[in-house]
Amino acid sequence: MTDAAISPGAPAARPAESARDALLKKRHRSEKLFRAQGIAAIIIAMIFLVVLVGRIVAQGYSTFETHTLTVPVYLNPERIDTTAIEGVNFDYIVAEAMMKKLGVQDDDLGTTSGKIMDLTSRDFGNQLLQMVKKDHSLIGKTVNVTGSVKADADLYYKGEIKRSTAEGDRKLDNQQLDWLDKLKNDGTVKTGFNTKFFTNSDSTEPEQAGVWGAVIGSAMMLIITAVIAIPVGVLAAVYLEEFAPKNRWTDVIEVNINNLAAVPSIVYGLLGLALFINWLHVPRGSPLVGGLVLALMALPTVIIATRSSLKAVPPSIREAALGVGASKAQTVFHHVLPLAMPGVMTGAILSLAHALGETAPLLMIGMVAFVPGAPENFASSATVLPVQVFIWENASERAFHERTAAAIIVLLVFMIVMNAAAVILRRRFERRW
Amino acid sequence: MLTWLSLLFLALFSGAAFMAGRSRALKSSGGSAAKLHSLPNYYGVYAALWAGAPAALLLLLGATFGGRVEDAMLQAQRPAAVQALTPDRQDVFFSDVNAIAIGQAASEVSYDGALKAAFDAKVVEAKRIDGIVSYSVLGLAGLLALAGFLLATPRINTEFRARNRVEGWIAGVLIACSVAAVLTTLGIVMSLIWESWRFFQSVSPLSFLFGTEWAPQIAMRADQVASSGAFGAVPLFAGTFLVMMIAMLVAAPIGLYSAIYLSEYAGRGLRSTIKPLLEILAGVPTVVYGFFAALTVGPIFRAFFNGIGASLAGGPLDDLAQYLMQVQNQMALVAGVVMGIMLIPFVSSLSDDIINAVPQSLRDGSYAMGATKSETVKKVVLPAALPGIMAAMLLAVSRAVGETMIVTMAAGLQAKLTANPLDTVTTVTVQIVTLLTGDQEFDSPKTLSAFGLGLTLFVVTLGLNIIALRIVQKYREQYD
Repeated sequence: MTDAAISPGAPAARPAESARDALLKKRHRSEKLFRAQGIAAIIIAMIFLVVLVGRIVAQGYSTFETHTLTVPVYLNPERIDTTAIEGVNFDYIVAEAMMKKLGVQDDDLGTTSGKIMDLTSRDFGNQLLQMVKKDHSLIGKTVNVTGSVKADADLYYKGEIKRSTAEGDRKLDNQQLDWLDKLKNDGTVKTGFNTKFFTNSDSTEPEQAGVWGAVIGSAMMLIITAVIAIPVGVLAAVYLEEFAPKNRWTDVIEVNINNLAAVPSIVYGLLGLALFINWLHVPRGSPLVGGLVLALMALPTVIIATRSSLKAVPPSIREAALGVGASKAQTVFHHVLPLAMPGVMTGAILSLAHALGETAPLLMIGMVAFVPGAPENFASSATVLPVQVFIWENASERAFHERTAAAIIVLLVFMIVMNAAAVILRRRFERRW
Repeated sequence: MLTWLSLLFLALFSGAAFMAGRSRALKSSGGSAAKLHSLPNYYGVYAALWAGAPAALLLLLGATFGGRVEDAMLQAQRPAAVQALTPDRQDVFFSDVNAIAIGQAASEVSYDGALKAAFDAKVVEAKRIDGIVSYSVLGLAGLLALAGFLLATPRINTEFRARNRVEGWIAGVLIACSVAAVLTTLGIVMSLIWESWRFFQSVSPLSFLFGTEWAPQIAMRADQVASSGAFGAVPLFAGTFLVMMIAMLVAAPIGLYSAIYLSEYAGRGLRSTIKPLLEILAGVPTVVYGFFAALTVGPIFRAFFNGIGASLAGGPLDDLAQYLMQVQNQMALVAGVVMGIMLIPFVSSLSDDIINAVPQSLRDGSYAMGATKSETVKKVVLPAALPGIMAAMLLAVSRAVGETMIVTMAAGLQAKLTANPLDTVTTVTVQIVTLLTGDQEFDSPKTLSAFGLGLTLFVVTLGLNIIALRIVQKYREQYD
């Protein structure tokens, strides 16, 4: 610095001390404000998380509790025509037993029995039908049948339908509520864990609907996705990272894969519809076609994850292997890839978890149909958990809402398990070079 | 079933080829592996590959495309009685023939007279063709396996470079796998363009891109050519844009501020608890957000606006009050806000990476000048990270444009040209879903229009991604 740089004469006037303090205060205030904005952003995000999870648990947990009742049913031989068992009105026979229990009489129009049938699940009739079909000697005897109460009655026991609501605004009238109270008080109705929700598949009646079919469908679809996306993705990544010459073509492929990872999922649905269903005639709505579509979707993610974990393996490993005379392929498959495997598996699990939660492309390929049972094979019609959530959310009956939330809880549990597995894998095998 | 069985046989055969190749190699070197060019197993694998791979490929191709070949052969000759039917009925006729031929139940359409005779003849023919095709595939596969084995094994001797040959196979498989990714793109582009082209034959691209009326159901009538402007997609683009803007207004500030706080202010402990929690938000399936929007956020917003409306009613703003009291659960605001929540972790983790990549020396320089932390962030770190943050925002926009389930469940179905966030709007993705769920014939402009929308969506999101990648590439190495 030269003398000329120092301006001659008096130094520039410094601001008065009070002004300086004011400025400093202002700067500190803005510092605090900025920090507060950051904290506020995080708090808002956390509130969203808590509200989201909290609301779903609050709406869904009641599904795990259910109310069952046991009635002794007299199988009146006059009413059961053994030559046409399927045609017998077992629902009415159950209603009769209930009327006897409640001490009420049916009128000519069948009002009372109708009201009672609104309280008990069709499951009772079905059970009786199966019992009688198997063993005709039961006719004329009294058997105990246990089953769920109907969804509306269940909601009343859970406090979702309240007596204080005007009678016309609720599904059940006062008389039905009185009966329900009576059944509860004399111990006929029992509260228990809802195992049916886990062992049954979809049904039009909420109290019979469960997630078993969807869980199996999801599992089958994920198997297809994993079997295709993981080997193809890993091998493609190995080629691009270890073998491919660096030229225009591999650049194109690389850009292409990055772009594929960002293509909206619904476009994959359109691809599946045009390619697999219209052109290759893969059965619509089957785990096979769903798995194929999701495999194509998961492929770029698997490739990208594998490439980055291959990149993380230090060159010294490769050089050592090549140095003792291994070929390029031996180096990669005996040394580099095994060392990169934890990273590869983490990426694969995360992309499968993502595929598990995907809904939109599956709607395109016909997975929205009502499927009452678990799929028998990869080509039969199936539903999967997220789509089950979507279907139930659209259902008009209120009892389906709590089931939707409960299905979401099941879905989230699966997602958390998969993510936790990925995290554990990463932690357990994390290696610093 | 037949395919699986033959694949099993093939696996056994190539297992035997492996043993044969290996023992032949060892025999030729007099039992000592050291004299061989490659490890003994490579000779086995070489033989097994030639014995198994080409035949397996043929079997898989046969299983995938055999049905189509059979159909083509069966339908090559159509009797006069069949030709008299409408094309739809002809399809039913042939699917019934196939169903009967493989022993399944046919549709309930009844055939009589000449048609019945033709039907029975075709059933016999279908069985014959099925036999010919499947046995010729099987026979050819067997020949290939045998030929591969017979050609490969004699070459095995001590000088034979089996390892190099096997590695050639490996390279081939690896390249084939990489090509799969390219083929996926090709498949997406081809199917979108092909189906869209069919759509644009009945609706002009200009009226699709610039028309302001969206009413695909008008085209349901068979006698109507759907060129009446009912496929104007502008309302859908507007709805998509509106929802996207709301989502970004939620996600951009919250995501960016939390990224800044986490990377510049927060301690190690706070950072390591908040980040995984944010990642939970990122891992939640979109259908869950849709449920949350439809059953929690929607009713809350509705109650809120109805409440404001009720409190304003009768006052000077009575018109507004009347409007607010009629607000429904489904509106652009609900979908936008919930989509914003979904995007927060996306924006914040991308921004976090970018902010962390700004070199510490820049910050130190700023502190040395006496700047406070927030001044450093605002005047030094953010400008330095700006290209990266722009790119992150563009990626978030592309996510928002392509997001489907939230808008399907919370935004509504009415195609309206509106900027009012309290109105129900519909988006491109919602329309694709509604057009393609349920049973439709695949030739009507109504269903095909979904592919037109899909093509638009694909082009827009691709453009956004390419711009984002370009921005990152251009500015990435500025500080390195």
